[in-house]
Amino acid sequence: MLQVARISGVALLMLAVPLTASAALGGDAASVQADQQQLHGTLRLAVRGGERFVVHELQAPSGTVIRQYAAPNGIVFGVAWEGPSMPDLRQVLGGYFQQYVDAAKSRRARGPLVIQQPGLVMRSGGHMRAFHGQAYDPRMLPEGVGPEEIR
Amino acid sequence: MKSVHCPPLLLTLGILLSTAGCGGGGGSSASNNPPVVTPAQNVQTIVVDSGPANTTNLVFTNVTICAPGNGANCQTIDHILIDTGSSGLRVMSSVLAPSLSLHQQADLNGFPIVECAQFVDGFAWGPVKLADVRIAGEQANSVPIQIIGDPGFSSVPNACSSTGPAENTVQTFGANGILGVGVFLQDCGPACASSSIYGLYYSCPASGCQPAIVGIAQQVQNPVAMFATDNNGVVLALPSVPPAGSATVTGSMIFGIGTQTNNLLGGATVFTVDPNTGYLTTLYNNRTYFDSFIDSGSTVIFFPNGNTPVCTGPGGGLYCPSSTQNFSATIQGIDRASAPVSFSVANADSLFNANPGFAAFSNLAAPNSDAFSFAWGLPFFYGRTVYTAFEGQTTTGPYIAF
Repeated sequence: MLQVARISGVALLMLAVPLTASAALGGDAASVQADQQQLHGTLRLAVRGGERFVVHELQAPSGTVIRQYAAPNGIVFGVAWEGPSMPDLRQVLGGYFQQYVDAAKSRRARGPLVIQQPGLVMRSGGHMRAFHGQAYDPRMLPEGVGPEEIR
Repeated sequence: MKSVHCPPLLLTLGILLSTAGCGGGGGSSASNNPPVVTPAQNVQTIVVDSGPANTTNLVFTNVTICAPGNGANCQTIDHILIDTGSSGLRVMSSVLAPSLSLHQQADLNGFPIVECAQFVDGFAWGPVKLADVRIAGEQANSVPIQIIGDPGFSSVPNACSSTGPAENTVQTFGANGILGVGVFLQDCGPACASSSIYGLYYSCPASGCQPAIVGIAQQVQNPVAMFATDNNGVVLALPSVPPAGSATVTGSMIFGIGTQTNNLLGGATVFTVDPNTGYLTTLYNNRTYFDSFIDSGSTVIFFPNGNTPVCTGPGGGLYCPSSTQNFSATIQGIDRASAPVSFSVANADSLFNANPGFAAFSNLAAPNSDAFSFAWGLPFFYGRTVYTAFEGQTTTGPYIAF
């Protein structure tokens, strides 16, 4: 089901807990505790997509919201961000960060960035004070989940 | 599509000698052609050329910076990128004369303020210093600007380098500096004045940099908004570019909107932008793209184009259709004012291979960065006069008009 509403339409369960779990793209959402200080944010847990995935939503002090999409097996298959500052992409992308840096360096354009590689699709757009983006590993997308749902 | 190939305008001692009758032929459906602009206090020549880093579709100008209050200690720097998608002046440390004496900005404890400027494709790190800024006949005094790649602050905090690749050199940045003349007055705004945010502003004692709260007035900000006059916006006027491209394109940057006879809105339509994001809306192919923006600092148009192949040659990442495609979309302001915009997309590999020395192309595009984003980069500006009205300076701004 393609959810066209932007942020609304997401059932948010606000949890009054400090950030205790976050996981990079490709990591295990359930097991990662070590990252809790890295993003300096507060954790909200959003559930949507039926039983297809769980969204961990973090809000950084800048106001930027980072969403991590975890499959039922706990693996984070996609991430998305939106807000006034760029997220800590080394943390958010995990092992995919260097792939992003290398691709960004190699192009001959300034402005929004689109990377489409077999193991990484990433988009980074917007402008100063209003950024947005998404990244996912197409090999990890759960059955029935479309890339446009990662946002 | 009618195309007029304009001879380059002559630049002599900073004075624009306009070529009569050649103001651009209008890009596709655009009806308002760039005016012939005569020399004036508020007019600065701008140029699209291959710049210091062999780039395409970057528009540059000269900016003079001086030690605050010392008109005898100045330097004019060429190839400063004009960017309506960011705010503030940033200059590469490597192009500054050692004799130019700028004042380091300090926090309440006297420690240097250093910034991590974030872009969608990388970051720029360096100290914030005060300078008097002169462009055309306008001047802004004691402007906080960023010096990028200053060897005095070579250690980049992890939270900064974690936002992307470094753009701390002329080659990686693509310019000798950047003049951010977007709708926002500062590069961060209230958020950085109320809390210390990782990856933006830092206080840097010798023991190491820490995220810092930096007041609005100390943040890097749009120098045009600090001019004594003509400070409520900026107008970019560029001629149209023929389908094969141009080696260079010359146009004008006019300061102020409605402040002089040469910057009146005239028949231009005003499109208000979201005051928090600077975004407006694009309607295209029966979909609504809420996160759209008009940005002279983006090199192409970023939009979804179905299964159009992406180039594998020198145009890598851009669209490479087998033949030129024509499109129409509608730009819509937050206030619902709207106007149709036509554009073409050609095969970037073919264009670059046919004329490897050309710097200006009106028909380059690439996939969009978000399912809700349609980014109008520099090709949109060719054959148009585009007004960017700053926040807080006009009763109806911030807005874009064309």
